[in-house]
Amino acid sequence: MRRRFHSGAGAVALLAMTASAAAEGRLNVLCGADEAWCTGIEAAFERKSGIDVSMVRKSSGEILAQIRAEKDNPKVDVWWGGTGDPQLQAAAEGLLEAYSSPVHSELLPWAQNFHDISGGRATGIYAGALGFAYNTQILEKKGLTAPSCWKDLASETYRGEVQIANPNSSGTAYTALATLVQIFGEDEAYRYLGELNENVNSYTKSGSAPVKAAARGETLIGIAFMHDAVTQKQAGFPIEIVAPCEGTGYEIGAVSVIKGARNLDNAKLFVDYALSAEGQATGAAAGQNQVPSNGKATVPPEAPDIATIKLVDYDFATYGSADMRTHLLSRFDGEVKTAH
Amino acid sequence: MQRAVFTLAAFGLLGYCAMPWFGVDYGIFERDWIDAGGLLSEQGAPGLLQTLIHGRPLLAIPGLVLAYVLFSACGIGGVPRGPRLLLCLLVLGLAAVALPPFAARWLGFFPEAGGQALGYGAIVVAASLLLCATTLWARMGRSNRDAFAVGSIALVLVLIGLFVFYPILHVLTQAVSAPSEGTVIGSVLSTATGRDVWGLACFTGGRHCGVAVNSILLGVLTATSTTVLGLAFALLITRTRFPAKGLLRALTILPIITPPFVVGLALILLFGRAGWVTTFAADFLDVEAGRWLYGLWGVWLAQTLAFTPIAFLVLIGVVEGVSPSLEEAAQTLRADLSATMRTVSLPLFRPGLANAFLLGFIESLADFGNPLVLGGADGVLSTEIYFAVVGAQADPARAAVLAIILLFLTLGAFLVQRMWLGRTSYATITGKGDNGARAPLSLRHSAAVHGLTMPWLALTVVVYAMIFYGSFVKLWGYDHTITLDHYRTAFRVEWLDGAVLWSGSAWNSFWTTLTISSVAAPLTAALGLLTAWLLIRQEFFGKTAFEFVTMLSFAIPGTVVGLSYILAFNVPPIELTGTGVILVLCFIFRNMPVGVRGGVAAIKQIDRSLDEASLTLGGGSFQTLRYVLLPLLRPAIVAAVAYSFIRGITSVSAVIFLVSADHNMATAYIIGLVENGSYGVAIAYANVLIVVMLAVMLAVQFAFGGRRLRRQERIGNALPARARS
Repeated sequence: MRRRFHSGAGAVALLAMTASAAAEGRLNVLCGADEAWCTGIEAAFERKSGIDVSMVRKSSGEILAQIRAEKDNPKVDVWWGGTGDPQLQAAAEGLLEAYSSPVHSELLPWAQNFHDISGGRATGIYAGALGFAYNTQILEKKGLTAPSCWKDLASETYRGEVQIANPNSSGTAYTALATLVQIFGEDEAYRYLGELNENVNSYTKSGSAPVKAAARGETLIGIAFMHDAVTQKQAGFPIEIVAPCEGTGYEIGAVSVIKGARNLDNAKLFVDYALSAEGQATGAAAGQNQVPSNGKATVPPEAPDIATIKLVDYDFATYGSADMRTHLLSRFDGEVKTAH
Repeated sequence: MQRAVFTLAAFGLLGYCAMPWFGVDYGIFERDWIDAGGLLSEQGAPGLLQTLIHGRPLLAIPGLVLAYVLFSACGIGGVPRGPRLLLCLLVLGLAAVALPPFAARWLGFFPEAGGQALGYGAIVVAASLLLCATTLWARMGRSNRDAFAVGSIALVLVLIGLFVFYPILHVLTQAVSAPSEGTVIGSVLSTATGRDVWGLACFTGGRHCGVAVNSILLGVLTATSTTVLGLAFALLITRTRFPAKGLLRALTILPIITPPFVVGLALILLFGRAGWVTTFAADFLDVEAGRWLYGLWGVWLAQTLAFTPIAFLVLIGVVEGVSPSLEEAAQTLRADLSATMRTVSLPLFRPGLANAFLLGFIESLADFGNPLVLGGADGVLSTEIYFAVVGAQADPARAAVLAIILLFLTLGAFLVQRMWLGRTSYATITGKGDNGARAPLSLRHSAAVHGLTMPWLALTVVVYAMIFYGSFVKLWGYDHTITLDHYRTAFRVEWLDGAVLWSGSAWNSFWTTLTISSVAAPLTAALGLLTAWLLIRQEFFGKTAFEFVTMLSFAIPGTVVGLSYILAFNVPPIELTGTGVILVLCFIFRNMPVGVRGGVAAIKQIDRSLDEASLTLGGGSFQTLRYVLLPLLRPAIVAAVAYSFIRGITSVSAVIFLVSADHNMATAYIIGLVENGSYGVAIAYANVLIVVMLAVMLAVQFAFGGRRLRRQERIGNALPARARS
């Protein structure tokens, strides 16, 4: 049941804009992916199912905040796209409905594994590896050699030239923090971050900001997800993308059904579609470069080839837990940020 | 008076008998609720049927009260007409409508009243009861005010309570939610006094200060620079013979009709490390290109660009309002131009200056877009609150504590402003006809004004030229092939089988934004000016507290407002999320303070004797407001309407949580584009919005124009006629 309440003055004018119900019912989706992909999958699913989809794009943090705020009376049915970490938090807080799609068996192992970690409440739709990108023009101008490993970034030659987001505000940077801990071990990772700190010119708020800064030459090196870097490169910016030699972590983008969804059946249909090879093809069609989770889906030609990247066995269960998050972040604040 | 009560009660009864008492699925303008049984279904039943058929005996009370009031007003059936009894009954009726649903939500009483959102029927009945009560109260002669004034006070109080105070209460209760370890007070105190909030390291050689320190620093800097520049522009327009005044007015308006991150992007392209100016300077002066833009200085530059027009809008009304005869009197007494400015004009500008400074300070505190784009690692309170809510380590309690600190800062600014203005009278528009020419600026002042404004104008022109140019090139900053692709993506229109197909990606949010803003703007202005009038011309209990509450929603960063609206209005009794109404309400109460401040400054200039003349001649307070004050307030009205329309289109942070798929706003859409790095489409969209807003503002200016004072708007000769001795 969905109740709505309009007050006098605005209502008449708003009448014209209210979407009308189609015969197959309605579906409300919050989209955490790229705007182009949101629009793409919305249109494709509406065409296929006849369901009247209302979709709006927000950042993953905003979606989590909204779903928490609405938990007594949810207005949203599906959370689709965006990094899976906040969806694991939502699952742990009991905000999501458990659902295993019939398409489940077609999914790659990491997506199924993600589903298990979430207690069956969220499923992986794509994966993207962490890395960094450097601006080739600045590199040339300064006559530096290209970095290829995490350790390189801490070298004196890149003093004041590295940008990374603040893990307190950005999921991307938290993934980087957890990745480094998993590669080097915790103490060594913080020693490394302390050295890296000398080179960092800014801890940005948003996770995708560093790679955009690198693209525009505002910094030499930006640490980010590689598919975000690919998007910048495709746009025509002079950047080169690096998969670190020590290995790297990755994010899993996810889809889930909100607990108490008003259009539960339609929500499940959408999840089925989002996990199918057909639904995942909408990503490549919208110019996205992540690796799809359905084994039968075609991998976008520009996507960083996961097979050639040395990936760590990223432990989503441990590093997604609230305790570990608090522990790592308070250590980051104490040992790295206060070094200023 | 009798007729007024009769009409109000009849209207209330109509709502009671014929409008759905509760909210219905998808709103009453959709077919869904009629298909489900209309007024006869349990959900769609009006108050009368809810009482009779659906077992809600409490709802009988408002119906009976209204019927009783109606009968007593027309004197039928010998119903006793003691106003005291009627008043008690009305209050009882109001309580029966409003208390049970809130008690059900918060205290668990009256469970049968909970779970349903109040609908049109309930609103109409409540409004009718309230206004009947205030009309009677005024008639009882307890106060020396008439029905209109009392009704306005009650209505504004209720609205502010419901849409400012009630949501904020939701956020504040989060501040004292139980922490995982330690006591509530301990955790609140440790957050509120932490080094990351109040640290002063940036003054002692460290890299970063606390976020509160950053906010204050930035607020003072921005308020100072915007007030000075705003005054300079106001003087340039009114007191000099600057040739291109129309163009200048348009240029000073440009920054507020621009989504803030667009200016931020342009500044990055100019002054960023790889920016054109920076690169040029680095090559020319052979210094290392710096990153000074990312931090407080960059945010200050962007905020000054963005908020100077607000100071200008406040100050132009005041500067224009100062009577030339006072300045002429000063000159007759042999003051030279500088002395006139210093001792007569400037002191008379004080309400304007104080209001401009207060607005600049508060705008800076609440600004979100600029610190987000340019703040780098220097956090301010507004961004810190946002990331405490949506960040990787979500901590709503910390967000709430920081929000409270922000509130206290606003309170502080507000008190300082009041102390400075004191109780001095600034009235310069009186009933006496005054004539005369404005004193021109002295040479020294004129040089200062030109010296301040001209470079700033140049910078504004360059920034906007870049934004304009950027929407037509392939990849802003790198590939400058001219293209129309961005506009095509956003605003494509196709003809398909003789019908127009709005296939551009931006149309949906574009129309929503325009509709919502144009609905909100006049309401905002009306409520703001009404409130200003109450504050200046009426005395009532708790006025100072009331004045502060009207500033609250403006002071709190939009993100917190948005979140508080979700918390407060997602569940019954008032359920609004997912509708356009919540956006309209959010804009009204968020932007109302500008109408209030502008109105306060303007009304203070109008001598009370004008009101008194009208009242002495037998006009009620409504007539006085309508026929005496409103015509004199035209510039303030234009400013309030224009400003709230613009804010509806450009505000970002408040709407992020409130937009829904059916009601998506342009800025929320543009932010998505910026996050993806689709700067081209983003600024193309922003440019279209700028053009639309300019057109609307010119239309508003043209339609409502300036006030007609019996003055000649001319500037005297640089050398006054009196002989220099």
